[in-house]
Amino acid sequence: MERPAWAPRSIDISVPSVSRIYDYYLGGSHNFEVDREAARKAMEFMPGLPKIMQANRAFMRRAVRFAAGEGITQFLDIGSGIPTFGNAHEVAQAAVPGARVVYVDHDPVAVAHSQAVLAGNDAADVVAADLRKPKEILSSPEVERLIDLNRPVALLLVAILHFVEDADDPYGAVAELRDALAPGSLLILTHASYEGIPVPAERAEGAVDVYKDIRNPLIMRSRDEIARFFEGYDMVEPGLVPMPHWRPESAPEDEDPFAFSGFAGVGRTA
Amino acid sequence: MSAEPDGPEDRLRRFTTIWSRAVYPVTSTSLTRAEFEQRLLPLARRLSELLRAHGFDADGAKAVGAALVGAHCTDPEALARTLDCVDAYLVLYCAGDGPQDEPRIRCSRLQHAMAAGYAEALRRRTLAEQESIAQAALRAQGVVAQALHASEARFRAVFEGAAIGVGIADLDGHVLQANQALLRMFGLSEQTLRGRRVQDWVHPEDAPQTWKLYDELVRGEREHYHLEKAFNRPDGTVLWTNLTVSLLRDADGSPQYQLALMEDTTERRLLNLRLRYEATHDALTGLPNRTLFFERLEKVLNAGEGQRFGLCYLDLDGFKTVNDSLGHAAGDRLLVEVADRLQSCATAPGEMVARLGGDEFVALTTGPGTARKVDELAERIMNALITPISIDGRDLMVRGSLGIVEGPAGERTAAEVLRSADITMYRAKSAGGNRSELADPEADARAITRHGLTTALPTALERGEFFIEYQPLVHLGDGSVRGAEALVRWLHPQHGVLGPDRFIPLAEHTGLIVPLGRWVLEESIRQARAWRERHGEDAAAGPLRINVNLSPCQLSHPGLVQDTVDILERAGVAPDALCLEVTESALIGADDDLLKPLHRFAEMGVDIALDDFGTGYSNLANLRRLPVRILKLDRSFTRGMQQFPADPVDLKIVEGIVSLAHSLDLAVTVEGVETGAQAEQLRILGCDTAQGWYYARPGPPERLHDLALVDATG
Repeated sequence: MERPAWAPRSIDISVPSVSRIYDYYLGGSHNFEVDREAARKAMEFMPGLPKIMQANRAFMRRAVRFAAGEGITQFLDIGSGIPTFGNAHEVAQAAVPGARVVYVDHDPVAVAHSQAVLAGNDAADVVAADLRKPKEILSSPEVERLIDLNRPVALLLVAILHFVEDADDPYGAVAELRDALAPGSLLILTHASYEGIPVPAERAEGAVDVYKDIRNPLIMRSRDEIARFFEGYDMVEPGLVPMPHWRPESAPEDEDPFAFSGFAGVGRTA
Repeated sequence: MSAEPDGPEDRLRRFTTIWSRAVYPVTSTSLTRAEFEQRLLPLARRLSELLRAHGFDADGAKAVGAALVGAHCTDPEALARTLDCVDAYLVLYCAGDGPQDEPRIRCSRLQHAMAAGYAEALRRRTLAEQESIAQAALRAQGVVAQALHASEARFRAVFEGAAIGVGIADLDGHVLQANQALLRMFGLSEQTLRGRRVQDWVHPEDAPQTWKLYDELVRGEREHYHLEKAFNRPDGTVLWTNLTVSLLRDADGSPQYQLALMEDTTERRLLNLRLRYEATHDALTGLPNRTLFFERLEKVLNAGEGQRFGLCYLDLDGFKTVNDSLGHAAGDRLLVEVADRLQSCATAPGEMVARLGGDEFVALTTGPGTARKVDELAERIMNALITPISIDGRDLMVRGSLGIVEGPAGERTAAEVLRSADITMYRAKSAGGNRSELADPEADARAITRHGLTTALPTALERGEFFIEYQPLVHLGDGSVRGAEALVRWLHPQHGVLGPDRFIPLAEHTGLIVPLGRWVLEESIRQARAWRERHGEDAAAGPLRINVNLSPCQLSHPGLVQDTVDILERAGVAPDALCLEVTESALIGADDDLLKPLHRFAEMGVDIALDDFGTGYSNLANLRRLPVRILKLDRSFTRGMQQFPADPVDLKIVEGIVSLAHSLDLAVTVEGVETGAQAEQLRILGCDTAQGWYYARPGPPERLHDLALVDATG
């Protein structure tokens, strides 16, 4: 019999979760042995994976500060995962006291964890929803409570779109979100790619296969394909670049070679 | 803060830079190098102070180690690098001048405490994070469990509240669960029901495939089945259900449970049975009715080769009289009694009695030896009717006519068999009733043809299939044609030309004789007028006359005289041109009412001829009160004169009749004259007119015209 719509899928913590793996890469302990096992397996192929995550975090931090500097006070972070440290709300609320932040994730454990972390923070909340269903995100009570869509919003799609297969129409979802945003809104995006990885592509594929094995395939896209997500946005300088090159605050040469894997960029709606 | 070159502050900063450079690559912080270094600076300052402090402060050093964890240096490598750095550079950059032994020892102790502080903090943080993620997982699972619980509660409500019975059993047939509706239907408690096995519910009325379907399902070869099934209730009553059984499989697709959904159809079934009974039984007698009888008969007739059947078709004689004289209530009671007696006649298995309607009953016998059995059955039926039936204190004699059909299955339809029985029964009835007759194919065929002609009669008249032939009437004295007898014929599309003997009795039976007779009268009178117009009144012996036959039915029809007058007037023909022929037998026992129209005709000038005279019982005395002008001697009297010498007895009889007729002032016409000798003999005996093949066969009106012309010119 088909599962009724109102009964949620069961939670199986014996299956690795990408958000807990991400936490492990960042030195966190918000993870279980299955997650660590998968992470270690991927690291056999790409030992610098933690550095890629770290670069993502560092980029996000810079981009959120940039957005705050642009006068944006509302942040919608989709695919927020498990906020170990240096999260959007910490960065944003440090830069703009009272900044409003809504996290979105489809992993119920990540959502439950975020709820615990955000307890008492009236300006931040979390929605259990899926990037593939933008309507559910935009019409959620949390978004309606905290985000005024008539004013500019910083939309964070950091290290998430490479988990959405083309069959699920990630471009359509991104466009739908864009259409809901007021002029002057920012899209803050990073995406995995074979471009820039300091190991041969065959080795990188080994890591990609690990994600395939845990039923969370990693979709590596080319720079051009990633650039298409910014359709309808004006790119903020310096455009779509390896993460360390985006408005660096320290010398990019000092960065780990793995930090240059994939692309990051910020776009602004007209 | 500006630092004096190589002053204590500058040295502290240089230590911090070395430390930061060593540790930064193994941290996972999102801070920049510069920010990270800024973060380490207060820790370095604290270490410097602790190095130079008067006493050793282990807690202070532990706090520095813990602070590293706070700066997200959770990789133990960060501790190793930190301690390396402290060991190598802290005393060098921060101890100041003077003896180094004391600071060295202090530095070692600081490192031990830092390591302990780091380990303690990392352990605390790890445990806290493990706890928080475990809690998050639990909460998330709790949400799912709650939703599942809610969903289960909904399903339970659906299960419990369902109006149809729902039960679940394992594949061995043990009942695991049943809802209230099912318990109510079965009249069992949940405990009792749970102890039962599905296989225990075998019922004598189970359809043959019931348990085969069950076995297929529990073996996983069938997903579901649907049938009607009966169950015994503990109180001895039977529960009828519409049962659907489905196989439930687990997530891997292996069969796990069987789910039964059942609807109580007991009452609907009883109602259906009652309706079926009512639809197939006669309300008055309780016997099977025509519908059920036909079903049975068809079943027997379709039973296949080698099977035979026997059927008795009974119609009570004179039942209408009972109804008319004693009333319908008495008639009904009579029928009930007859039904009871007939029922007791059908004793053997495979025998059945039914009421087809009215006073018609049938009895059917099947199985081997039907030829003998049907005779015995017929005999039992006739015997059953012998004893009078007492109604309202009167003993009524009941008689019946019985038609018997016996034969092999597979040759005829039920309708054909019943028609044969019906025809045979009518033969018994025509033969006087109170008897049985055995079906005979030839008699059936005749009856069927007769029936066909009867039903075709009305349209035949409309379509103009009838025509009239005329046979001349010749004056024996001078041989002149005096008139003709109109004889009606039917040109049947299939059977060709049919004489009146084939259809007049049928027309009399159905009443069609009245319109047909009128048509004959009209046609004949029209013809008479045509003749008169051609020959005028100049024929030697007066105008040609037309003889038309009248049937007894016509005679009793009230419009006969007026119709005839109208026809004559319309045609402009004088009544004396018409002679109506009435058979002697039609007038036997005739009362004055029946004779009235004849008197009217006679008064008008229409002649009346007494046809077929001598075939009835020739009540000569009767002749006096009949308005008859002509006697038509039956051909049986003239047959004896065809030979030579003529039969002397016949001669005497004819001579006597002629003499009697003439003395009563009646003319005598003879029929069936076939030879000249006959004609001559009859002339000598004094007969007035004759008709027969000797003169002419019946033919079209033109022929008569020719004869008349010959006569006129000769």
